[in-house]
Amino acid sequence: MSKAPNQALNKPALEYGSGFPTLLFKEVKRFYKVAFQTVAAPVLTAVLYLMIFGHVLEGREVYGRLNYTAFLIPGLVMMSVLQNAFANTSSSLIQSKVTGNLVFVLLAPLSHFEFYAAYILAAVFRGIVVGLGVFLITLWFGLPSLEHPLWILAFAFLGAAILGSLGLIAGIWADKYDQLAAFQNFIIMPATMLSGVFYSIHSLPPAWQVVSHFNPFFYMIDGFRFGFFGVSDVSPWSSLAIVLCFFAVVSAVALRLLQKGYKLRH
Amino acid sequence: MHSAILIQHISKQYGALQALDDVSLEIEPGEFFGLLGPNGAGKTTLISILAGLVRANKGHAAILGADVQSSFCEARRMLGVVPQELVFDPFFTVRETLRFQSGYFGIRNNDAWIDEIMANLDLTGKADSNMRALSGGMKRRVLVAQALVHRPPVIILDEPTAGVDVELRQSLWQFISRLNQDGHTIVLTTHYLEEAEALCQRIAMLKQGKIVALDTTANLLTRYGSVKKDGEGKTDLEDVFVNIMSGGAL
Repeated sequence: MSKAPNQALNKPALEYGSGFPTLLFKEVKRFYKVAFQTVAAPVLTAVLYLMIFGHVLEGREVYGRLNYTAFLIPGLVMMSVLQNAFANTSSSLIQSKVTGNLVFVLLAPLSHFEFYAAYILAAVFRGIVVGLGVFLITLWFGLPSLEHPLWILAFAFLGAAILGSLGLIAGIWADKYDQLAAFQNFIIMPATMLSGVFYSIHSLPPAWQVVSHFNPFFYMIDGFRFGFFGVSDVSPWSSLAIVLCFFAVVSAVALRLLQKGYKLRH
Repeated sequence: MHSAILIQHISKQYGALQALDDVSLEIEPGEFFGLLGPNGAGKTTLISILAGLVRANKGHAAILGADVQSSFCEARRMLGVVPQELVFDPFFTVRETLRFQSGYFGIRNNDAWIDEIMANLDLTGKADSNMRALSGGMKRRVLVAQALVHRPPVIILDEPTAGVDVELRQSLWQFISRLNQDGHTIVLTTHYLEEAEALCQRIAMLKQGKIVALDTTANLLTRYGSVKKDGEGKTDLEDVFVNIMSGGAL
């Protein structure tokens, strides 16, 4: 019946490491291969925002001392970081699900932690690359101060990781591109636009100020802006605490979905 | 020694559909095993359970002693699966695709083996072509190569020759037969019964989620072939299959 098996083949013949570095590299290379779409286009969009809003609202002051263009730059940088981190995980997952090639990752001995870490770090990397691109281009409009660089890095990393996690959740949940678009257009986009990218919440009516405090994106933008100017709408420590809590929640949800194989393993 | 594949009382239900119903099966290391059945019989579901893509409602499955759920890392390292669907990642070339697949298993610097697989599957000339630029047959070869990059001792091929030309079939079977001679366990599902008859030492037939026949190919031909013979008295696996599926088995 069966032939005498080669004993060596009954155990793996190779030394195995973790698949995490390769999955991370693949996710980075995926967006790098279409860098015009994934990096250059969002940088151009942010610069257009800056040119239009900066021109129309020039002359206004924020926090009593900052001109509006300087105030706007960190907000636009952070908005680009957040939106692109979300786009990276969500588009990668939905494309892989719809085309079926996610099976190659699912067949591999990757734990849900490795899967999560690779997708999120790739999203953080893309978010920061795009944010850096926006920042470098906006230098032409004037160099903003960099009062607390560590706060800038902390909020950029955490904000990108949060949006990467939300993108992962959306990509896992969505079965079709229009479901993903709904998640992006009805949740991510309003939360980002109403987070204080374009204004200080102190310029809002009191009721809307209260509402803004329930938007976790507000704390990401506000903490990030504190790193530039040393001034913010709320304490950066409060923002950091809220952002860390939000990160813990979305990470826990994403990891749970991956561990359960929700909509990935039937 | 552990069985190459051990399946014990596996059941799987999708809503009202009973895809697999108390299936048990043991495949020894080094076997060339055929898993046959009509569309919807449960072959792909069974393979997907072994690969960890689908979770069984009941039962237990293991690859060379490693449970596919509780020891999934070990089980997946010992298993290579060629999926039925012609799926690919349109961002990458053939070589990149194979390097990534190798890396997912934690194997880096695997180019010598990747080159050997590509040479055996006539992919060398397409190594730097984007996956989108390949014909269906070439994409199928890449799927086979992806399943082999981590040198799995157990290889499952889910209809690997569906819709491919004769040349690829022949070169593929030569390569797979050589892997089997080297000791790899091969599990094959196919609708080309002459392939299964020529290659498989043992065959299981599934019908509506249940195993309705399980024996050596020679025994199946002897036991069930006599019921239906052609004019010259020569029986083939197609006769056996038709006979069993029409209710003449077990």
